[in-house]
Amino acid sequence: MSSPKSGPQARPLSPFMLGQYYRFQLTSVLSFAHRITGLGLTLGTLLIAGWLIALASGPERYAAFATHLTAWYGQVLLFAWSWAFMYHLCNGIRHLVWDAGHALELDAAYRSGYIAVAASFVITAAIWVAAYLV
Amino acid sequence: MAQFSLPQNSKIDKSAGKHFPAPSGARNVQTFKVYRYDPDTGANPRVDVYDIDMDACGPMVLDALIKIKNETDATLTFRRSCREGICGSCAMNIDGGNTLACTKPCSEVKGDVSIYPLPHLPVVKDLVPDLTHFYAQLASIEPWLKSDTAAPTRERLQSEEDRAKLDGLYECILCACCSTSCPSYWWNGDRYLGPAVLMQAYRWLVDSRDEATGERLDALEDPFKLYRCHTIMNCAKTCPKGLNPAKAIAEVKKLMVERTV
Repeated sequence: MSSPKSGPQARPLSPFMLGQYYRFQLTSVLSFAHRITGLGLTLGTLLIAGWLIALASGPERYAAFATHLTAWYGQVLLFAWSWAFMYHLCNGIRHLVWDAGHALELDAAYRSGYIAVAASFVITAAIWVAAYLV
Repeated sequence: MAQFSLPQNSKIDKSAGKHFPAPSGARNVQTFKVYRYDPDTGANPRVDVYDIDMDACGPMVLDALIKIKNETDATLTFRRSCREGICGSCAMNIDGGNTLACTKPCSEVKGDVSIYPLPHLPVVKDLVPDLTHFYAQLASIEPWLKSDTAAPTRERLQSEEDRAKLDGLYECILCACCSTSCPSYWWNGDRYLGPAVLMQAYRWLVDSRDEATGERLDALEDPFKLYRCHTIMNCAKTCPKGLNPAKAIAEVKKLMVERTV
C-alpha cells in the first residue's frame, strides 16, 4: 500500500460479517427474512402478471402456462411464494405493533418473532390444504 | 451500499497467527483467539492464539487479556480503565457478540474465546478501534440541556414521574457495543446515527427540563439519521448494561408522528 501506513486510509476495517464474526439471533434472522421475502414477493408479482397475460391470451396459451404451474417445480414455486407472502404479512403486522410503540422489550420481540413464524406456516398450510381439498 | 466482506487490507492472514502454549503443568486451560493488527508493519491483521492456565487467572475476559499482556505478550493492545462496567473502555466483540471484557466471565464462553475489536470500525491497533466518527455523531445531537427560560436560582426541579422517564436511558455508558452490533450502522453508519446516539437523542427529548424538543426532532427528520433503524434488535440483545436502544428509537419515531397529527 502506498498511502501512509499509520494513516486512517491504511487502517483495516474490523471484522463484522454475520455468522462468521457476529452471531445471528432470532430477531436479526427474521429481519433479513423480511427483506428477502419482500424481494421474492416482487418477483412473485411478475408471476401474477404472467398469469394474467396468459389468461388474456386465450385458452391454449393459458393451458400451456398452467402445465408449468401444476408441474412439481411450479407447485414448489407457488408454495414458496405463498409462504413468503404469509411470512411477510405476519412479520409486517409485528412491525406495525412495534411502530405503535408496543412489545419492544427483547423477550416480547422474541415471542412475537416465534409467533410470526409459526403463524406464517400455519396459514400457508391452511391455504394448501384448502387448495387441494376444494 | 451493503458490504458483505472485508476489504483486501483487512482480511485476516490465517498463516500469520502465532501460538502461545500454556505453561507445562497447567490443568485448567482455556484458549483465547485474539485479533491482532500492528500499524507499524502495516501487514494484514492476524489472530494470535493464547492458551491460558485459568487456575492462575481472574474470572473475566479482561483479566485474561491483562494476564496475556503482563506475562506473555506485552505488545497486545486494548483499552481498559474501570474494570467494573462503568467506563465502557473495554468494549469488544467477544464470542460473536459485543460486550465489556471486564464484566464478561470467561466461563460463560463454551470452548475457545474469540476476541475481535468492535465490528466494522477502522482499527488503530489490535483491539483498539477508531471511535472518532461515533463521538462526532454524539456531538451532533447536542447531548446537553437546552433551555430558553431564565435559569432558576436553584436546581431545575422535575416530578418523580418525569424523572422516571429517564430510567433506562441515562445509564448508557457510550461503550458503542450497540451501534457496532447493528447491521444498519455497519452499512449506513456514515449517515445513520446508530442506536447509542439515537438513545441519547431520546434521553434529551423526554427530559422535562429540556426546551429544545422541536429543534431536536427537526434535526433528526432525515431519511438516514433516524429511519435506518429496522428494529433488528441486535442493540438490545448486546447491551452490556441491559438497556434497550431499539425501544428508545421507536419512541423517537412516535414523537415524529405525534407532532404532525
